[in-house]
Amino acid sequence: MAKPPASTEVLTERFGPHPAYTPPGGWQDESRNPAERLVKTHCCFCGQQCGIQLKVRGNQVIGFEPWEEFPFNEGKLCPKGVKRYMQGGHPDRLLDPLMRTADGFRKATWDEALDFTTNRLREIQEKYGKDSVAVYGGASLISEKSYLLGKFARVALGTRHIDYNGRLCMVSAGVAYKLAFGVDRSPLPWSDIAKAHVVLVAGANVAECAPITTDYLWRCRDAGGKLIIVDPRMTPISRNADMYLPVRPGTDLALYMGLLHVILRDGLERRDFIAACTTGFEQVAESVRAWDPRTAAEKTGVPPESIERAARLFAKAERGVVLHARGVEHQSKGVENCLALINLCLATGNIGREGAGCAMITGQGNGQGGREHGQKCDQLPGQRSISDPEARAHTAKIWGISPDEIPQAGYSAVEIMEAIHRGEIKALLSACFNPLVSLPDANFTREALEGLEYFGVVDFFLSETAHHADVVFPGSLQEEEEGIGCTTEGRVIHIQKAVDPPGNAKADSFVYIELAKRLGKERYFPYNSTREIYDELREASRGGHADYYGITYEKIDNNMGVFWPCPSLDHPGTPRLFEDGRSFHADGKHHFVVTEWRESGDPISADYPIYLTTGRVVSQYLSGTQTRRIGGLLDQYPNPKVEIHPRLAEQYGIKDGDWVTVTSRRSEITLQAMVVKTIRPDTVFIPYHWPGRRSANRLTHRTLDPRSKIPEFKVSACKIKKANAAPEWALSSADAIGTSRSKG
Amino acid sequence: MHGYEFYVDPSRCIGCQSCVQACAECETHRGTSMINFDFIDRRGTTATAAYVCWHCEEPTCAMVCPADAIKKGEDGIVQSSLKPRCIGCSNCVLACPFGIPKIFPEYEQMMKCDMCYDRTSIGKRPMCATVCPSQALAYVRPEEIAERREKPTNIFYFGNQKIVTLVHMMVPAEKNAVSLDVLDYMWEESYDVFSQPQ
Repeated sequence: MAKPPASTEVLTERFGPHPAYTPPGGWQDESRNPAERLVKTHCCFCGQQCGIQLKVRGNQVIGFEPWEEFPFNEGKLCPKGVKRYMQGGHPDRLLDPLMRTADGFRKATWDEALDFTTNRLREIQEKYGKDSVAVYGGASLISEKSYLLGKFARVALGTRHIDYNGRLCMVSAGVAYKLAFGVDRSPLPWSDIAKAHVVLVAGANVAECAPITTDYLWRCRDAGGKLIIVDPRMTPISRNADMYLPVRPGTDLALYMGLLHVILRDGLERRDFIAACTTGFEQVAESVRAWDPRTAAEKTGVPPESIERAARLFAKAERGVVLHARGVEHQSKGVENCLALINLCLATGNIGREGAGCAMITGQGNGQGGREHGQKCDQLPGQRSISDPEARAHTAKIWGISPDEIPQAGYSAVEIMEAIHRGEIKALLSACFNPLVSLPDANFTREALEGLEYFGVVDFFLSETAHHADVVFPGSLQEEEEGIGCTTEGRVIHIQKAVDPPGNAKADSFVYIELAKRLGKERYFPYNSTREIYDELREASRGGHADYYGITYEKIDNNMGVFWPCPSLDHPGTPRLFEDGRSFHADGKHHFVVTEWRESGDPISADYPIYLTTGRVVSQYLSGTQTRRIGGLLDQYPNPKVEIHPRLAEQYGIKDGDWVTVTSRRSEITLQAMVVKTIRPDTVFIPYHWPGRRSANRLTHRTLDPRSKIPEFKVSACKIKKANAAPEWALSSADAIGTSRSKG
Repeated sequence: MHGYEFYVDPSRCIGCQSCVQACAECETHRGTSMINFDFIDRRGTTATAAYVCWHCEEPTCAMVCPADAIKKGEDGIVQSSLKPRCIGCSNCVLACPFGIPKIFPEYEQMMKCDMCYDRTSIGKRPMCATVCPSQALAYVRPEEIAERREKPTNIFYFGNQKIVTLVHMMVPAEKNAVSLDVLDYMWEESYDVFSQPQ
């Protein structure tokens, strides 16, 4: 049984989240004890991985200084980046291994925690088979750790079930780019955004989720470029847009097929490019024939005139860029949405040249790098397919095992939780993942976790998910282990180690290497440093699409990052893909792929007549397990609110600040209303960073895109009603801890 | 300011409050942010605005200070009140046409943006403008700002008061000054001393 050993209140009292407001030693300490060195590294949050300098004194990060020479962000940082340094000396930091007791957690030694874990995993695998154990990884881990985790699952545990929280990020885009281009990477460097003549931003709240990208958009505009923003909410970037298209949640595909319809109807496609560089155009042209602007308008709620105008604006520009993110990807037709956007770019010849192309804005820290080298259920290092015999042979050789010993593809993140729920998977080892907050249908996730026979967690703070753990290994922050990451641009960057993990906490890689040792697989994990892991990763990626062979730590430092593929040590890297007109497919062509309309997995009905869409706020990162502990960030947006249009609010007698109960087919939560004209009146929005009774994911559903296995966070059906009183959580100290604004 | 100028453009602001958070990291007033940040009308719009002190040539705050606690340096920076002199009367708070100065009761003193004096005086850029993701707050060379759609002005009319500032406001390209008084735009208005900022 893996129920939490104590109440949320008791565990929160001991392990937080407690909001920290001051740096280690207090605000005035730095004037007495100045920083000893500045470490040039990167922000730990979000896929942009901005350059930042950490101020270090002794073994403590005490502040930051902008890193203006790093070309991507030139010193710019969002509020999360500014305050990221407050994690290292945080009072909630886990400093010792923890083991569950009858009424809480006790400190344990590393040997005790590792031996207990090894024994339990052995017993469970002997009793139920190898695949009864699953591993969860995280996209915020450096690439060395994600590589190690993939190898650990397959070689040390021999399980096929390893997947990661990037499954909740941009995997729909990854699948679409592989289908269209044969490779999963944004094909352009961000500097191309500023050079475009028109940018279509599709389902991307750039201002809040990728704030630094805003300046690229504004610079595009300064140079005369036009902006088209598609979103059910008028996000901050929408107010400077040349066109704002308020798409109904879950209908993006109809809009993009409508745009292509107009382009082809008016003969605005680039015939020469299509003939020379692509396949499949005729089938796609046929598939959009039915999507005239009127039909598309009826589906999407975007006026037919706007569809006509946007199509012409995009197609007539010499250089067009499409940027997309979770808005289109978090749908049960997420792959189709991305393909439809790629089709627009291919039809207009916008790929492989300066200021043109389509790009996914990857969300998570090392979201790009973390998915390339083996913690994805169906991939081996270098973006190789686990079902490809040649890829298996290559990887097996590097790992020193036989290809048959590499398990086949396993379940994806949500499927793993479902297998745990039905008792097929009995044990889980989870790193850098807080599924109780981030997976859809949170009550289902909780039930699943309660049924685990063994649950081990590697983390630096005790997340809400870790309340269910048998063993918690105190791991490392990003700045406590050297390695590499890859940004949303495809730029491989060097994460410097600034300090050692505090107390008895250890570098994450130590945990997997030690467990492998105890599982009798020591010879496959002979590493003394992450650099040694990286050198093996380089070899493992060699010849794959994500080829890192020519990228060394030193080369990254000397060049402010290197874009993959980089197949040899003298190769300069590849900032822009497909400049020779060829894709990564064997035929060298870009593939148009037909998209087919279908309804969302949780359709609105008479009982649930309102769309619910979820997303983020600028001051919080993912499940909030890091950012809900930083006072300054928490104060910016302490608790989730429900955004409601005044017209909808009036219909239900709701005023700004009233308590509103939002009910879906799964569950209900009660939050305060934020009555704003910046959202469609048929839709409500809730940010998802909070746990328990404030968790938007109690409402969402587990419908997955059939190819990418991404959950449909962006479209659920709900109903709303005004609540008569404040909910229990607003009165309880455990949940409302962020509401206190007192400093200290 | 070592060849740099400070420019404010609320049309670029995305409301992220990075400036607010970063200002509190500055060496001279650690833990306290001096940025004036507003959601203009959140019910109606996502528009937001972040301002620093405009550092007026003839600072109203200093003119109205009965204790002579507000000084402007030779570099044009109008500093926070001098602690030994400030009597916390709030005259400056009420008089500043931009609404910048604030009384901090815990310090019994008026404090405001001092243009990151510790940084700008040695050629570094201020915290807020360095981190600002949308460059709504920008500390750059004039030739860099010339690439923008909007253009800078540092002349403001508040009725009969003309104010020239060190910090620039980005305005539509056809404007030369910012005026907030409808009289300045009226054809029949005869006040011509400061009128017609166009």
